Amino acid sequence: MKIMNKRTGLIALFVLAILFPLIFQNDYYTHMLTLSFIWAIAVYGINLLAGYTGYLSLAHAGFFAIGAYSLGLLTVKAEMNFWPALVLACLITSVVGLLIGVIALRTKEHFFAIYTLCVGYIIYLVIDKWDGLTGGVRGLIGINAPSNIGPITFETAESQYYLVLTFLVVVIFVIYRIVHSLTGRTFLAIRNSEELAQTIGISTMKNKLTAFVLSTFFAGLAGALYASFVRFIGPDIGSTAIMFDLLMYLLVGGIGTLSGPLVGTLMLVILSQNLQFLQEYRMLIFGPILTLIIIFYPRGISGSFFDWKRKRRNQTGNVLKPIKVEEG
Amino acid sequence: MFIETKNLTKKFGGLAAVNKVDFHIEKGKINAIIGPNGAGKSTFFNLISGFHRPSSGTVLFKGTDITKLPANKIAGLGISRTFQTTSLFEQSTVLDNVIVGHRLRTKSNLFDAILRTKRLKREEKACRDKAMEVIEIVGLTHASDKMVASISQEEKKRTAIALALATDPEIIFLDEPAAGINSDETQGLINLIKQLNQRGLTICLIEHKMSMIMNLADHIMVLNYGEKIAEGTPKEISSNDDVIKAYLGGSASA
Repeated sequence: MKIMNKRTGLIALFVLAILFPLIFQNDYYTHMLTLSFIWAIAVYGINLLAGYTGYLSLAHAGFFAIGAYSLGLLTVKAEMNFWPALVLACLITSVVGLLIGVIALRTKEHFFAIYTLCVGYIIYLVIDKWDGLTGGVRGLIGINAPSNIGPITFETAESQYYLVLTFLVVVIFVIYRIVHSLTGRTFLAIRNSEELAQTIGISTMKNKLTAFVLSTFFAGLAGALYASFVRFIGPDIGSTAIMFDLLMYLLVGGIGTLSGPLVGTLMLVILSQNLQFLQEYRMLIFGPILTLIIIFYPRGISGSFFDWKRKRRNQTGNVLKPIKVEEG
Repeated sequence: MFIETKNLTKKFGGLAAVNKVDFHIEKGKINAIIGPNGAGKSTFFNLISGFHRPSSGTVLFKGTDITKLPANKIAGLGISRTFQTTSLFEQSTVLDNVIVGHRLRTKSNLFDAILRTKRLKREEKACRDKAMEVIEIVGLTHASDKMVASISQEEKKRTAIALALATDPEIIFLDEPAAGINSDETQGLINLIKQLNQRGLTICLIEHKMSMIMNLADHIMVLNYGEKIAEGTPKEISSNDDVIKAYLGGSASA
């Protein structure tokens, strides 16, 4: 019964996502939703590392920018086709991630957060100052939309929406598989206690590095999609402001849950669009909301929702099915 | 000789937490390390299980030198341990906590996870079966679906032992298994340790409760200020003058 409800709920959500552009016929909404999906992919990457492995990286806006600039430069300057450029952009980001991860993961907790914050800022600076390659503050313009796959073109807002939606669904599916596997259990064991993980024979460095590289891969993918969707990129996409936006989406949605990144990103992007008229004063509303959520719902909206449901199920005395890893 | 330490020393700054300790553990026996607070017992455990690198000296396991191996490799050889304070994942069930304990005997990787290969399914089942098996051994089958946060302190200790057993060890090091539980429950744990030993598992434990040790251990080493002051059977230890002095203070006229 329970599974049926959950499954039908997911299918309904998916159908709604597919029908959305057809119902609303509003390019502005479609555009906004596409952008949130792209951000959500990056947040899923951060979640895999911060939520499931316990390492809060603040360098991921930098990896997002590396993905975006890789795609931009490969298609604009090297005149490469979009699809191989997309694959290469993800690979480049992962390789940079691997090199940084090897060093960054020698630190823990606050030190890791501070170290990665610095790495993120350095990536931003390199993009901003390396005029010859990246165009510096002028940014990179004229990035093409994704090229055709046979008869399918990606020129319209709707087609790009579906393309990004497809990527998002695949990313969520892949992360679902990872989290619900022995690899996911290994990540969770590391998050719980690195000492204990080592005593039960887990090579913590190897697994942390896997999680780190994977999360940079997703950040790079999001960046590459962003570049081809917005068609203009500037160094600002790698700034710490973006990093803290992504982190806010994750915290509000629910860190360490599967639905959290999507819930948080959609809610906050839509909220901030609707509060556009307040301009900079928006932060006066966001600040207190974020503080309240962190204090009262440390597991975010999704996490707290599933906690509440679990508690209610226990109280009504239903036989509890063993919860696999974590719900959400 | 199953496990042997030679001249094992660990210095923190100028302080020798463990000083030139020669010790051996025989296969199939229950061994114990006792000593006053701060005697270096836990440090000694950490040296053997690879958490600290010794300043000098060697650790041998079945004749091979394991002094420089990292903790996870040592676990792979069949040396397992528990901690004084159990660091289990409270927001998860007993079963889910224990399943990952068998991970080191499995090979499936990221691609198995994404593609959900046969190997992953087979290994997941192996881990689950192993977890159920060791949960039964420690007597927690009834609680396997309970959240760790909701079970008693003694059950948490048993869960931690189950997790250590899930790694398929040949020897298990227990760091104060009876700390913080009452005497009835202590008796239950003594029975469990004896039962594990009868299954052929070699055991080495640190404990403060002398009565527990004297009933349980075949072989005891006493540490004081990082140095071995006595070694032998419970009978020999309980009549050793140095040990009595160490426990009751230097001025005691025993």
